[in-house]
Amino acid sequence: MKFGILVNEGPYTHQASDSAYLFTKAALEKGHEIYRVFFYHDGVNNASKYTEPPQDDRHIVNRWSKLAEQYEVDLVVCVAAALRRGIKDELLAPGFRISGLGQLVEAGIQGDRLVVFGD
Amino acid sequence: MLHIVNKSPYERNALESCLRLAQSGSALLLIEDGVYAATRGNAAEAHLKDAMARLKVYALKADLEARGVAGRVMEGIELVDYGGFVDLACGQPNCQSWL
Amino acid sequence: MSEAEQQGEEGAGIVKKFMFVNRKAPYGTIYALEGLEVVLISAAFDQDVSLAFVDDGVYQLLKGQQTKGIESKNFSPAYRALEGYDIEKLYVEREALEARGLTEQDLLVDVQVMSSAELSELMAGQDVVIGF
Repeated sequence: MKFGILVNEGPYTHQASDSAYLFTKAALEKGHEIYRVFFYHDGVNNASKYTEPPQDDRHIVNRWSKLAEQYEVDLVVCVAAALRRGIKDELLAPGFRISGLGQLVEAGIQGDRLVVFGD
Repeated sequence: MLHIVNKSPYERNALESCLRLAQSGSALLLIEDGVYAATRGNAAEAHLKDAMARLKVYALKADLEARGVAGRVMEGIELVDYGGFVDLACGQPNCQSWL
Repeated sequence: MSEAEQQGEEGAGIVKKFMFVNRKAPYGTIYALEGLEVVLISAAFDQDVSLAFVDDGVYQLLKGQQTKGIESKNFSPAYRALEGYDIEKLYVEREALEARGLTEQDLLVDVQVMSSAELSELMAGQDVVIGF
């Protein structure tokens, strides 16, 4: 099965990014394909390379970057939502790219399922 | 359809709206704070029990355990892990998150 | 060709039923506005798009929104523009209107009011459901 994943909230404040990550990881471990993970609304904040969470807790941004590297997952941050929130190319953690909302619609079209994680 | 509810019934009307609009034969998965609806004695218990006559209800074990309520789950609710969550999404033709 | 149009071309042939479910009021959070932005983009992809307004989502369609005082953009005219993008299927849950003391006459755009049961049936038949 090919999954599109939509993450609507930023790291830590909501559990959305955690749930999305753990779902995505489980799907990949089961041999499914992740067509794209799309970050919208405050979800764009998952792409910031400047986050510095406490050492004894999970590093949400790095986790996404590692997953992207390990499984070649496409992590896309919505350009309009990113601009609103001050997320720009030079701030992106590895594995993330900024693109248009069309990428979300495309994930819905090309994927077999679109799973949404938010508030 | 796989319906996903992630908020407690005390905080949001997401579960209520989901149950109102879910068709018979759908599956409902409670995740994150939504798992409180799966606990015995909670305000949504009766409503959920009624719904279980026409929907299959699941709860994410990891979220129940995190909140210390894994031992309080209502009878008839099946616990799944993230792999099971993935299987549920595959097993239904579509999914909807009630945020 | 814009990126959206190009992507629309690449996906040419696949037509899916997209339903955008609006359950939140406008202005208190950004979900209504940014949700509408997805709907407008989806128009470029020639998909079978419909919008459902449930719970507080019906408030997005109320006439007479005046946002000068909160210094925010009034985006409600965009709902009237949807028709120009061939997005004409706007469904409003009757129970949601009634629970809020509203009628169809209070809404700024033509909609199809339907019961929960009718809306439930429609939702179940969608390929992609995105809730805002």
